Amino acid sequence: MKKNAVFVFSENQLGYKFSDTHPFNQKRLSLTVDLLKEMKALSLSDIVEPRIATDEELSLVHDSSYIEIVKKASIDSGDSSIYEPYGIGTEDTPTFPNMHEASASLVGGTLTAVDYVMEGKATHAINLGGGLHHGFRGRASGFCIYNDSSVAIKYMQEKYNARVLYIDTDAHHGDGVQWSFYDDPNVCTISIHETGRYLFPGTGNITERGTGEGFGTSFNFPVDAFTEDESFLEIYRTAFREIVEHFKPDVILSQNGADAHYFDPLTHLYGTMNIYKEIPKLAHELAHEFCDGKWIAVGGGGYDIWRVVPRAWSLLWMEMNDFKTPEGRLPKAWLDRWSKESPVPFIPTWMDPNPLYETIPRKLEITEKNKQMLDKALYMIRNHQ
Amino acid sequence: MIIESIMNTSVPTLTPTNSIKDALQLLKEKRIRHIPIVNSEQEVLGVVTDRDLKEATPSSLASIENLEVLDLPLEQIMTKNPMTGHPLDFVEEAASIFYDNRIGCLPIVSQGKLVGMITESDLLYKFIELTGVHQPGSHIEIRVPNRTGILYEVAKVFYEQNINVLSVLVYPDKVDSNSKILVLRVETINPLKLIEAIRAAGFEVLWPSLPGTRL
Repeated sequence: MKKNAVFVFSENQLGYKFSDTHPFNQKRLSLTVDLLKEMKALSLSDIVEPRIATDEELSLVHDSSYIEIVKKASIDSGDSSIYEPYGIGTEDTPTFPNMHEASASLVGGTLTAVDYVMEGKATHAINLGGGLHHGFRGRASGFCIYNDSSVAIKYMQEKYNARVLYIDTDAHHGDGVQWSFYDDPNVCTISIHETGRYLFPGTGNITERGTGEGFGTSFNFPVDAFTEDESFLEIYRTAFREIVEHFKPDVILSQNGADAHYFDPLTHLYGTMNIYKEIPKLAHELAHEFCDGKWIAVGGGGYDIWRVVPRAWSLLWMEMNDFKTPEGRLPKAWLDRWSKESPVPFIPTWMDPNPLYETIPRKLEITEKNKQMLDKALYMIRNHQ
Repeated sequence: MIIESIMNTSVPTLTPTNSIKDALQLLKEKRIRHIPIVNSEQEVLGVVTDRDLKEATPSSLASIENLEVLDLPLEQIMTKNPMTGHPLDFVEEAASIFYDNRIGCLPIVSQGKLVGMITESDLLYKFIELTGVHQPGSHIEIRVPNRTGILYEVAKVFYEQNINVLSVLVYPDKVDSNSKILVLRVETINPLKLIEAIRAAGFEVLWPSLPGTRL
Protein backbone atom coordinates (compact mmCIF):
# COMPACT_ATOMS: atom_id res chain seq x y z
CA MET A 1 0.00 0.00 0.00
CA LYS A 2 1.25 3.49 -0.80
CA LYS A 3 2.26 5.39 2.29
CA ASN A 4 1.56 9.05 2.72
CA ALA A 5 5.07 9.83 3.92
CA VAL A 6 8.26 8.17 5.13
CA PHE A 7 10.81 9.52 7.59
CA VAL A 8 14.37 8.55 6.66
CA PHE A 9 16.42 8.23 9.81
CA SER A 10 18.91 6.09 11.65
CA GLU A 11 21.16 6.69 14.61
CA ASN A 12 24.06 6.36 12.18
CA GLN A 13 23.22 9.82 10.81
CA LEU A 14 24.55 11.21 14.08
CA GLY A 15 27.98 10.03 12.92
CA TYR A 16 28.30 13.15 10.75
CA LYS A 17 30.06 14.94 13.58
CA PHE A 18 33.08 17.23 13.34
CA SER A 19 33.70 17.70 17.09
CA ASP A 20 31.89 18.26 20.37
CA THR A 21 32.10 22.03 20.06
CA HIS A 22 31.33 22.36 16.35
CA PRO A 23 28.16 24.36 15.59
CA PHE A 24 26.88 21.78 13.09
CA ASN A 25 25.44 19.29 15.55
CA GLN A 26 23.23 16.38 14.49
CA LYS A 27 21.97 15.96 18.03
CA ARG A 28 19.16 18.10 16.65
CA LEU A 29 17.95 14.97 14.82
CA SER A 30 17.64 13.08 18.10
CA LEU A 31 15.83 16.03 19.69
CA THR A 32 13.41 16.22 16.77
CA VAL A 33 12.71 12.48 16.60
CA ASP A 34 12.13 12.41 20.33
CA LEU A 35 9.75 15.35 20.20
CA LEU A 36 7.76 13.76 17.36
CA LYS A 37 7.53 10.45 19.20
CA GLU A 38 6.34 12.27 22.30
CA MET A 39 3.65 13.91 20.15
CA LYS A 40 2.68 10.46 18.81
CA ALA A 41 3.31 11.94 15.38
CA LEU A 42 6.06 9.49 14.41
CA SER A 43 5.81 5.73 14.69
CA LEU A 44 8.35 3.01 13.96
CA SER A 45 6.48 2.09 10.78
CA ASP A 46 7.11 5.61 9.39
CA ILE A 47 10.88 5.33 9.78
CA VAL A 48 13.04 4.06 6.94
CA GLU A 49 16.76 3.28 7.15
CA PRO A 50 18.94 5.44 4.90
CA ARG A 51 21.18 3.62 2.46
CA ILE A 52 24.76 4.63 1.74
CA ALA A 53 25.34 6.38 -1.58
CA THR A 54 27.72 4.47 -3.86
CA ASP A 55 30.81 6.09 -5.36
CA GLU A 56 29.06 5.97 -8.71
CA GLU A 57 26.14 7.95 -7.31
CA LEU A 58 28.42 10.50 -5.64
CA SER A 59 30.21 10.88 -8.98
CA LEU A 60 26.99 12.17 -10.52
CA VAL A 61 28.12 15.56 -9.24
CA HIS A 62 31.44 15.10 -7.43
CA ASP A 63 34.92 14.67 -8.93
CA SER A 64 36.38 11.24 -8.29
CA SER A 65 39.63 12.84 -7.10
CA TYR A 66 37.64 14.69 -4.43
CA ILE A 67 35.87 11.50 -3.31
CA GLU A 68 39.28 9.84 -2.98
CA ILE A 69 40.53 12.71 -0.82
CA VAL A 70 37.50 12.47 1.49
CA LYS A 71 38.10 8.72 1.81
CA LYS A 72 41.74 9.33 2.64
CA ALA A 73 40.84 11.99 5.24
CA SER A 74 38.50 9.46 6.87
CA ILE A 75 41.37 7.24 7.88
CA ASP A 76 44.35 9.57 7.97
CA SER A 77 43.92 13.10 9.28
CA GLY A 78 47.69 13.61 9.42
CA ASP A 79 48.97 16.12 6.90
CA SER A 80 46.25 18.77 6.59
CA SER A 81 48.02 20.60 3.75
CA ILE A 82 46.95 17.97 1.22
CA TYR A 83 43.30 18.34 2.27
CA GLU A 84 43.06 22.11 2.49
CA PRO A 85 42.82 22.74 -1.26
CA TYR A 86 39.67 20.60 -1.08
CA GLY A 87 38.22 22.64 1.80
CA ILE A 88 38.79 19.78 4.26
CA GLY A 89 40.79 19.98 7.47
CA THR A 90 39.70 23.61 7.90
CA GLU A 91 37.90 25.13 10.88
CA ASP A 92 34.55 24.70 9.09
CA THR A 93 35.00 21.13 7.92
CA PRO A 94 37.70 19.45 10.01
CA THR A 95 38.51 15.83 9.29
CA PHE A 96 36.89 13.16 11.46
CA PRO A 97 37.01 9.38 11.48
CA ASN A 98 34.77 7.78 8.84
CA MET A 99 33.88 11.13 7.32
CA HIS A 100 33.40 9.54 3.90
CA GLU A 101 30.95 6.91 5.20
CA ALA A 102 29.07 9.44 7.32
CA SER A 103 28.79 11.90 4.43
CA ALA A 104 27.84 9.22 1.90
CA SER A 105 25.16 8.01 4.29
CA LEU A 106 23.55 11.47 4.43
CA VAL A 107 23.48 11.47 0.61
CA GLY A 108 22.12 7.91 0.66
CA GLY A 109 19.35 9.07 2.99
CA THR A 110 18.19 11.64 0.47
CA LEU A 111 18.39 9.03 -2.31
CA THR A 112 16.28 6.66 -0.20
CA ALA A 113 13.72 9.44 0.21
CA VAL A 114 13.81 10.07 -3.55
CA ASP A 115 13.27 6.40 -4.42
CA TYR A 116 10.27 6.11 -2.10
CA VAL A 117 8.60 9.07 -3.78
CA MET A 118 9.61 8.45 -7.38
CA GLU A 119 8.73 4.73 -7.27
CA GLY A 120 5.32 5.63 -5.88
CA LYS A 121 5.83 3.89 -2.54
CA ALA A 122 5.15 7.11 -0.66
CA THR A 123 3.73 10.47 -1.68
CA HIS A 124 6.21 12.47 0.41
CA ALA A 125 9.50 11.71 2.11
CA ILE A 126 11.83 13.50 4.46
CA ASN A 127 15.54 13.17 5.26
CA LEU A 128 16.46 15.72 7.89
CA GLY A 129 20.07 14.53 7.82
CA GLY A 130 20.36 15.95 4.27
CA GLY A 131 20.30 19.50 2.93
CA LEU A 132 24.07 20.02 2.76
CA HIS A 133 23.69 22.68 0.10
CA HIS A 134 27.20 24.21 0.18
CA GLY A 135 29.03 21.09 -1.08
CA PHE A 136 30.78 21.73 -4.39
CA ARG A 137 31.87 19.40 -7.19
CA GLY A 138 35.40 19.17 -5.87
CA ARG A 139 35.41 21.04 -2.61
CA ALA A 140 33.87 21.03 0.86
CA SER A 141 32.44 24.32 2.09
CA GLY A 142 30.36 25.65 4.98
CA PHE A 143 30.09 22.38 6.98
CA CYS A 144 29.10 20.43 3.85
CA ILE A 145 31.18 17.62 2.34
CA TYR A 146 28.99 15.86 -0.22
CA ASN A 147 25.98 17.68 -1.60
CA ASP A 148 23.07 15.29 -1.12
CA SER A 149 20.57 17.54 -2.89
CA SER A 150 22.72 17.97 -6.00
CA VAL A 151 23.32 14.21 -6.19
CA ALA A 152 19.61 13.54 -5.65
CA ILE A 153 18.54 15.97 -8.37
CA LYS A 154 20.97 14.50 -10.90
CA TYR A 155 19.81 11.02 -9.85
CA MET A 156 16.15 11.95 -10.39
CA GLN A 157 17.02 13.29 -13.83
CA GLU A 158 18.92 10.20 -14.91
CA LYS A 159 16.84 7.47 -13.31
CA TYR A 160 13.36 9.01 -13.49
CA ASN A 161 13.76 11.61 -16.22
CA ALA A 162 12.19 14.14 -13.86
CA ARG A 163 11.98 17.89 -14.06
CA VAL A 164 12.99 19.05 -10.59
CA LEU A 165 12.28 22.23 -8.66
CA TYR A 166 14.55 22.89 -5.68
CA ILE A 167 13.47 25.43 -3.07
CA ASP A 168 15.91 26.44 -0.34
CA THR A 169 14.79 28.49 2.69
CA ASP A 170 18.03 28.13 4.65
CA ALA A 171 19.33 31.56 5.75
CA HIS A 172 22.48 30.92 3.70
CA HIS A 173 22.48 30.94 -0.11
CA GLY A 174 22.16 27.44 -1.62
CA ASP A 175 25.27 27.98 -3.71
CA GLY A 176 26.42 24.37 -4.19
CA VAL A 177 23.09 23.27 -5.66
CA GLN A 178 22.72 26.42 -7.75
CA TRP A 179 26.12 26.08 -9.40
CA SER A 180 25.59 22.34 -10.05
CA PHE A 181 22.61 23.11 -12.29
CA TYR A 182 23.39 26.65 -13.39
CA ASP A 183 23.31 25.74 -17.09
CA ASP A 184 20.56 23.11 -16.90
CA PRO A 185 17.13 24.23 -18.13
CA ASN A 186 15.42 21.17 -16.59
CA VAL A 187 16.32 21.98 -13.01
CA CYS A 188 14.99 25.10 -11.35
CA THR A 189 16.72 26.31 -8.18
CA ILE A 190 15.19 28.88 -5.83
CA SER A 191 17.02 30.23 -2.82
CA ILE A 192 15.69 32.70 -0.26
CA HIS A 193 18.47 33.81 2.07
CA GLU A 194 20.05 36.66 3.99
CA THR A 195 21.84 38.96 1.57
CA GLY A 196 25.37 37.91 0.71
CA ARG A 197 26.63 41.38 1.55
CA TYR A 198 26.67 40.31 5.16
CA LEU A 199 26.36 36.55 5.32
CA PHE A 200 28.26 33.53 4.08
CA PRO A 201 28.72 32.53 1.29
CA GLY A 202 28.28 35.99 -0.24
CA THR A 203 26.62 34.87 -3.48
CA GLY A 204 22.92 34.62 -4.30
CA ASN A 205 22.35 37.98 -5.92
CA ILE A 206 19.15 38.41 -7.96
CA THR A 207 21.32 38.78 -11.06
CA GLU A 208 22.40 35.13 -10.77
CA ARG A 209 19.78 33.71 -13.11
CA GLY A 210 21.55 30.79 -14.76
CA THR A 211 23.64 30.63 -17.89
CA GLY A 212 23.37 29.37 -21.48
CA GLU A 213 20.42 26.99 -21.85
CA GLY A 214 19.78 27.29 -18.13
CA PHE A 215 19.32 31.05 -18.20
CA GLY A 216 16.15 31.91 -16.31
CA THR A 217 16.02 28.73 -14.19
CA SER A 218 18.02 29.99 -11.19
CA PHE A 219 16.20 32.33 -8.84
CA ASN A 220 17.64 34.20 -5.88
CA PHE A 221 15.85 36.25 -3.24
CA PRO A 222 18.41 37.87 -0.96
CA VAL A 223 16.56 39.44 2.00
CA ASP A 224 18.03 42.14 4.18
CA ALA A 225 19.54 41.48 7.60
CA PHE A 226 16.84 41.84 10.33
CA THR A 227 14.05 40.70 8.00
CA GLU A 228 10.99 39.56 9.98
CA ASP A 229 8.26 36.97 9.44
CA GLU A 230 5.80 38.90 7.31
CA SER A 231 8.32 40.12 4.79
CA PHE A 232 10.05 36.73 4.61
CA LEU A 233 6.75 34.95 4.04
CA GLU A 234 5.54 37.46 1.47
CA ILE A 235 8.63 36.74 -0.59
CA TYR A 236 8.44 32.99 -0.06
CA ARG A 237 4.77 32.72 -0.99
CA THR A 238 4.86 34.99 -4.01
CA ALA A 239 8.09 33.66 -5.45
CA PHE A 240 7.44 29.96 -4.84
CA ARG A 241 3.95 29.97 -6.37
CA GLU A 242 4.80 32.10 -9.41
CA ILE A 243 7.91 30.08 -10.20
CA VAL A 244 6.17 26.71 -9.84
CA GLU A 245 3.40 27.90 -12.16
CA HIS A 246 6.03 29.05 -14.64
CA PHE A 247 8.41 26.07 -14.47
CA LYS A 248 5.88 23.23 -14.01
CA PRO A 249 8.07 20.71 -12.19
CA ASP A 250 7.43 16.96 -11.84
CA VAL A 251 8.70 16.93 -8.29
CA ILE A 252 9.60 19.43 -5.54
CA LEU A 253 12.71 19.07 -3.38
CA SER A 254 12.70 21.47 -0.43
CA GLN A 255 15.74 22.32 1.69
CA ASN A 256 14.54 23.25 5.17
CA GLY A 257 17.44 24.87 6.95
CA ALA A 258 16.12 26.32 10.21
CA ASP A 259 18.63 29.12 10.71
CA ALA A 260 16.58 32.16 9.69
CA HIS A 261 15.24 32.32 13.25
CA TYR A 262 16.01 35.24 15.58
CA PHE A 263 17.80 32.87 17.97
CA ASP A 264 20.18 31.46 15.38
CA PRO A 265 23.73 32.43 16.35
CA LEU A 266 25.17 32.45 12.81
CA THR A 267 22.69 34.64 10.93
CA HIS A 268 21.04 38.04 11.30
CA LEU A 269 17.46 37.35 10.27
CA TYR A 270 14.54 37.88 12.64
CA GLY A 271 12.22 34.99 11.84
CA THR A 272 10.08 33.32 14.50
CA MET A 273 8.54 29.84 14.66
CA ASN A 274 5.71 31.21 12.57
CA ILE A 275 7.79 30.92 9.36
CA TYR A 276 8.50 27.26 10.12
CA LYS A 277 4.80 26.67 10.49
CA GLU A 278 4.04 28.34 7.15
CA ILE A 279 6.94 27.21 4.93
CA PRO A 280 5.94 23.53 4.73
CA LYS A 281 2.26 24.37 4.20
CA LEU A 282 2.87 25.96 0.82
CA ALA A 283 5.38 23.30 -0.28
CA HIS A 284 2.76 20.66 0.56
CA GLU A 285 -0.01 22.53 -1.23
CA LEU A 286 2.02 23.17 -4.40
CA ALA A 287 3.27 19.58 -4.53
CA HIS A 288 -0.34 18.37 -4.64
CA GLU A 289 -1.43 21.06 -7.07
CA PHE A 290 1.38 20.57 -9.60
CA CYS A 291 3.37 17.39 -8.89
CA ASP A 292 0.82 14.77 -7.97
CA GLY A 293 1.99 15.22 -4.39
CA LYS A 294 5.64 14.37 -5.09
CA TRP A 295 7.58 16.25 -2.41
CA ILE A 296 10.89 15.41 -0.82
CA ALA A 297 12.10 17.49 2.11
CA VAL A 298 15.63 17.62 3.49
CA GLY A 299 17.12 19.45 6.48
CA GLY A 300 19.98 21.93 6.31
CA GLY A 301 21.40 24.58 8.60
CA GLY A 302 20.06 25.32 12.06
CA TYR A 303 22.46 26.16 14.85
CA ASP A 304 20.16 26.75 17.77
CA ILE A 305 19.63 23.03 18.14
CA TRP A 306 17.63 23.32 21.40
CA ARG A 307 15.10 26.11 21.03
CA VAL A 308 14.62 26.27 17.26
CA VAL A 309 15.41 23.19 15.19
CA PRO A 310 13.36 20.50 17.02
CA ARG A 311 10.19 22.58 16.88
CA ALA A 312 10.76 23.73 13.29
CA TRP A 313 11.44 20.26 11.90
CA SER A 314 8.62 18.68 13.88
CA LEU A 315 6.22 21.18 12.33
CA LEU A 316 7.56 20.18 8.90
CA TRP A 317 6.88 16.46 9.43
CA MET A 318 3.48 17.13 10.98
CA GLU A 319 2.44 19.29 8.03
CA MET A 320 3.64 16.58 5.64
CA ASN A 321 1.30 14.15 7.42
CA ASP A 322 -1.70 16.48 7.67
CA PHE A 323 -1.53 16.63 11.45
CA LYS A 324 -3.31 19.60 12.91
CA THR A 325 -0.74 22.30 13.69
CA PRO A 326 0.10 21.78 17.36
CA GLU A 327 -0.67 24.60 19.75
CA GLY A 328 0.12 25.47 23.30
CA ARG A 329 2.83 23.83 25.33
CA LEU A 330 5.48 21.34 24.25
CA PRO A 331 5.15 17.90 25.86
CA LYS A 332 6.36 18.08 29.44
CA ALA A 333 8.21 14.78 29.24
CA TRP A 334 10.31 16.08 26.34
CA LEU A 335 11.13 19.34 28.10
CA ASP A 336 12.07 17.48 31.27
CA ARG A 337 14.24 15.03 29.41
CA TRP A 338 16.36 17.60 27.61
CA SER A 339 16.34 20.74 29.74
CA LYS A 340 19.21 19.48 31.89
CA GLU A 341 21.47 19.26 28.86
CA SER A 342 20.38 22.48 27.17
CA PRO A 343 22.66 25.46 27.79
CA VAL A 344 19.70 27.83 27.23
CA PRO A 345 16.19 27.79 28.74
CA PHE A 346 13.66 26.24 26.35
CA ILE A 347 10.75 28.08 24.83
CA PRO A 348 8.10 25.81 26.37
CA THR A 349 5.45 26.41 23.70
CA TRP A 350 5.14 25.49 20.01
CA MET A 351 4.95 29.11 18.92
CA ASP A 352 7.33 31.80 20.14
CA PRO A 353 6.18 34.38 22.69
CA ASN A 354 5.02 37.60 21.06
CA PRO A 355 6.99 39.82 20.95
CA LEU A 356 10.17 37.74 20.87
CA TYR A 357 12.48 40.73 20.52
CA GLU A 358 12.47 44.51 20.66
CA THR A 359 10.90 46.33 17.74
CA ILE A 360 13.11 46.86 14.69
CA PRO A 361 13.40 50.60 14.01
CA ARG A 362 13.73 50.24 10.23
CA LYS A 363 11.15 47.55 9.65
CA LEU A 364 9.24 49.53 7.00
CA GLU A 365 12.33 50.24 4.95
CA ILE A 366 13.52 46.65 5.14
CA THR A 367 10.11 45.39 4.05
CA GLU A 368 10.01 47.87 1.19
CA LYS A 369 13.52 46.97 0.05
CA ASN A 370 12.69 43.26 0.13
CA LYS A 371 9.53 43.87 -1.88
CA GLN A 372 11.47 45.76 -4.52
CA MET A 373 13.98 42.90 -4.67
CA LEU A 374 11.13 40.41 -5.12
CA ASP A 375 9.68 42.30 -8.07
CA LYS A 376 13.07 42.64 -9.73
CA ALA A 377 13.85 38.96 -9.30
CA LEU A 378 10.50 37.90 -10.79
CA TYR A 379 10.45 40.53 -13.52
CA MET A 380 11.53 38.10 -16.24
CA ILE A 381 8.90 35.45 -15.72
CA ARG A 382 6.17 38.03 -15.18
CA ASN A 383 7.05 39.59 -18.52
CA HIS A 384 6.83 36.24 -20.29
CA GLN A 385 3.22 35.80 -19.33
CA MET B 1 47.79 43.38 -12.27
CA ILE B 2 48.27 44.27 -15.92
CA ILE B 3 45.73 44.63 -18.70
CA GLU B 4 47.16 41.67 -20.60
CA SER B 5 45.91 39.31 -17.90
CA ILE B 6 42.29 40.44 -18.10
CA MET B 7 41.81 41.59 -21.69
CA ASN B 8 39.62 39.82 -24.17
CA THR B 9 41.81 38.58 -27.04
CA SER B 10 39.23 37.35 -29.51
CA VAL B 11 37.71 40.67 -30.49
CA PRO B 12 35.16 40.90 -33.31
CA THR B 13 36.18 43.78 -35.63
CA LEU B 14 34.92 45.52 -38.77
CA THR B 15 36.54 47.76 -41.36
CA PRO B 16 35.64 51.40 -42.23
CA THR B 17 33.92 50.24 -45.40
CA ASN B 18 31.57 47.84 -43.64
CA SER B 19 28.02 49.16 -43.44
CA ILE B 20 25.93 50.24 -40.46
CA LYS B 21 23.82 47.17 -41.11
CA ASP B 22 26.89 44.93 -40.69
CA ALA B 23 27.66 46.58 -37.36
CA LEU B 24 24.09 46.21 -36.10
CA GLN B 25 24.15 42.54 -37.00
CA LEU B 26 27.48 41.93 -35.29
CA LEU B 27 26.34 43.61 -32.06
CA LYS B 28 23.26 41.47 -31.97
CA GLU B 29 25.02 38.24 -32.83
CA LYS B 30 27.86 38.57 -30.34
CA ARG B 31 25.83 40.41 -27.69
CA ILE B 32 28.46 43.17 -27.47
CA ARG B 33 28.27 46.96 -27.38
CA HIS B 34 31.61 48.09 -28.86
CA ILE B 35 33.34 47.29 -32.14
CA PRO B 36 36.91 48.36 -32.98
CA ILE B 37 37.26 49.43 -36.60
CA VAL B 38 40.53 48.25 -38.13
CA ASN B 39 42.27 48.16 -41.51
CA SER B 40 43.79 45.09 -43.12
CA GLU B 41 46.95 45.63 -41.03
CA GLN B 42 44.89 45.34 -37.82
CA GLU B 43 45.64 48.98 -37.05
CA VAL B 44 42.87 50.63 -35.01
CA LEU B 45 41.19 53.43 -36.98
CA GLY B 46 38.13 53.95 -34.85
CA VAL B 47 35.45 52.56 -32.56
CA VAL B 48 31.75 52.15 -33.15
CA THR B 49 29.45 51.74 -30.16
CA ASP B 50 25.81 50.79 -29.82
CA ARG B 51 25.11 54.45 -29.08
CA ASP B 52 26.75 55.63 -32.30
CA LEU B 53 24.55 53.18 -34.15
CA LYS B 54 21.39 54.25 -32.37
CA GLU B 55 22.10 57.88 -33.18
CA ALA B 56 22.74 57.07 -36.83
CA THR B 57 19.72 54.88 -37.45
CA PRO B 58 16.10 56.02 -37.71
CA SER B 59 13.83 55.63 -34.73
CA SER B 60 12.36 52.17 -34.46
CA LEU B 61 9.00 53.92 -34.40
CA ALA B 62 9.53 55.72 -37.75
CA SER B 63 8.44 54.21 -41.04
CA ILE B 64 10.91 51.76 -42.43
CA GLU B 65 11.19 53.27 -45.89
CA ASN B 66 14.24 55.38 -45.17
CA LEU B 67 16.58 52.45 -44.89
CA GLU B 68 19.39 53.45 -47.23
CA VAL B 69 21.07 54.87 -44.16
CA LEU B 70 21.79 51.28 -43.12
CA ASP B 71 24.07 50.88 -46.12
CA LEU B 72 26.30 53.84 -45.22
CA PRO B 73 29.90 52.95 -44.34
CA LEU B 74 30.98 52.95 -40.69
CA GLU B 75 33.71 55.45 -41.57
CA GLN B 76 31.02 58.14 -41.39
CA ILE B 77 29.91 57.45 -37.83
CA MET B 78 32.91 55.93 -36.05
CA THR B 79 34.90 57.76 -33.38
CA LYS B 80 38.23 58.28 -35.10
CA ASN B 81 41.58 57.82 -33.34
CA PRO B 82 40.04 56.46 -30.15
CA MET B 83 41.83 56.23 -26.84
CA THR B 84 43.81 52.96 -26.69
CA GLY B 85 45.73 51.05 -24.04
CA HIS B 86 48.81 48.83 -23.93
CA PRO B 87 48.92 45.23 -22.66
CA LEU B 88 51.41 46.27 -19.96
CA ASP B 89 49.24 49.07 -18.55
CA PHE B 90 48.05 48.56 -15.00
CA VAL B 91 44.39 47.74 -14.46
CA GLU B 92 44.10 50.74 -12.10
CA GLU B 93 45.40 53.06 -14.86
CA ALA B 94 42.87 51.71 -17.30
CA ALA B 95 40.14 52.25 -14.71
CA SER B 96 41.15 55.93 -14.41
CA ILE B 97 41.08 56.33 -18.19
CA PHE B 98 37.55 54.93 -18.30
CA TYR B 99 36.43 57.17 -15.46
CA ASP B 100 38.12 60.40 -16.64
CA ASN B 101 37.06 60.09 -20.26
CA ARG B 102 33.67 58.49 -19.65
CA ILE B 103 34.27 55.81 -22.25
CA GLY B 104 32.95 52.27 -22.41
CA CYS B 105 35.79 50.34 -24.06
CA LEU B 106 39.52 50.46 -24.57
CA PRO B 107 41.11 48.73 -27.58
CA ILE B 108 44.52 47.36 -26.55
CA VAL B 109 47.27 48.01 -29.07
CA SER B 110 50.77 46.62 -29.23
CA GLN B 111 53.29 47.48 -31.99
CA GLY B 112 50.56 49.39 -33.76
CA LYS B 113 48.20 46.42 -34.02
CA LEU B 114 45.01 45.53 -32.15
CA VAL B 115 45.76 42.67 -29.71
CA GLY B 116 42.75 42.81 -27.42
CA MET B 117 40.06 44.88 -25.78
CA ILE B 118 38.66 45.56 -22.34
CA THR B 119 35.27 47.02 -21.54
CA GLU B 120 33.81 48.70 -18.49
CA SER B 121 32.10 45.42 -17.60
CA ASP B 122 35.41 43.51 -17.67
CA LEU B 123 36.94 46.02 -15.28
CA LEU B 124 33.95 46.00 -13.00
CA TYR B 125 34.16 42.22 -12.82
CA LYS B 126 37.83 42.47 -11.84
CA PHE B 127 36.89 44.75 -8.98
CA ILE B 128 34.18 42.30 -7.92
CA GLU B 129 36.88 39.64 -7.82
CA LEU B 130 39.09 41.90 -5.73
CA THR B 131 36.38 42.13 -3.10
CA GLY B 132 36.36 38.33 -2.95
CA VAL B 133 32.59 37.93 -3.24
CA HIS B 134 32.79 35.34 -5.99
CA GLN B 135 34.12 32.73 -3.53
CA PRO B 136 32.20 31.41 -0.52
CA GLY B 137 33.12 33.47 2.52
CA SER B 138 31.94 35.67 5.37
CA HIS B 139 32.17 39.44 5.51
CA ILE B 140 33.92 41.11 8.46
CA GLU B 141 34.50 44.81 9.11
CA ILE B 142 37.02 45.98 11.68
CA ARG B 143 37.98 49.48 12.79
CA VAL B 144 41.74 49.69 13.38
CA PRO B 145 44.14 52.51 14.35
CA ASN B 146 45.96 53.97 11.35
CA ARG B 147 49.52 52.99 12.24
CA THR B 148 52.41 50.83 11.06
CA GLY B 149 52.12 47.11 11.56
CA ILE B 150 48.39 47.01 12.19
CA LEU B 151 47.69 44.57 9.36
CA TYR B 152 50.26 42.26 10.89
CA GLU B 153 48.48 42.35 14.22
CA VAL B 154 45.09 41.68 12.66
CA ALA B 155 46.45 38.96 10.39
CA LYS B 156 48.00 37.24 13.37
CA VAL B 157 44.52 36.70 14.82
CA PHE B 158 43.37 35.04 11.60
CA TYR B 159 46.47 32.88 11.61
CA GLU B 160 45.87 31.79 15.19
CA GLN B 161 42.25 30.97 14.41
CA ASN B 162 43.33 28.97 11.36
CA ILE B 163 40.99 30.89 9.06
CA ASN B 164 41.93 31.71 5.49
CA VAL B 165 41.55 35.33 4.30
CA LEU B 166 40.13 35.67 0.75
CA SER B 167 40.46 39.43 0.36
CA VAL B 168 41.30 42.60 2.27
CA LEU B 169 40.10 46.10 1.42
CA VAL B 170 41.25 49.16 3.35
CA TYR B 171 38.80 52.07 3.53
CA PRO B 172 39.26 55.49 5.10
CA ASP B 173 37.17 55.90 8.25
CA LYS B 174 34.69 58.72 7.68
CA VAL B 175 34.03 59.10 11.39
CA ASP B 176 37.56 59.01 12.77
CA SER B 177 40.50 60.09 10.63
CA ASN B 178 42.97 58.34 12.96
CA SER B 179 41.42 55.02 12.01
CA LYS B 180 40.93 52.84 8.98
CA ILE B 181 38.20 50.34 8.24
CA LEU B 182 39.31 46.89 7.14
CA VAL B 183 36.81 44.88 5.14
CA LEU B 184 37.81 41.26 4.93
CA ARG B 185 36.28 38.22 3.37
CA VAL B 186 37.23 35.07 5.22
CA GLU B 187 36.71 31.46 4.29
CA THR B 188 34.33 30.31 7.00
CA ILE B 189 30.59 30.01 7.55
CA ASN B 190 31.09 30.48 11.30
CA PRO B 191 32.89 33.72 12.17
CA LEU B 192 31.79 33.76 15.83
CA LYS B 193 35.00 32.48 17.43
CA LEU B 194 37.06 34.63 15.14
CA ILE B 195 35.12 37.74 16.12
CA GLU B 196 35.65 37.03 19.79
CA ALA B 197 39.37 36.69 19.14
CA ILE B 198 39.49 39.97 17.19
CA ARG B 199 37.71 41.74 20.05
CA ALA B 200 40.04 40.12 22.56
CA ALA B 201 42.96 41.50 20.57
CA GLY B 202 41.54 44.97 21.17
CA PHE B 203 39.92 45.80 17.84
CA GLU B 204 36.42 47.06 17.21
CA VAL B 205 34.29 44.73 15.07
CA LEU B 206 31.76 46.74 13.05
CA TRP B 207 30.15 43.80 11.28
CA PRO B 208 28.77 41.34 12.23
CA SER B 209 27.41 43.51 15.00
CA LEU B 210 25.03 42.86 17.81
CA PRO B 211 21.62 42.85 16.15
CA GLY B 212 20.13 46.29 16.00
CA THR B 213 23.18 48.39 16.69
CA ARG B 214 23.74 49.26 13.05
CA LEU B 215 20.17 50.23 12.32
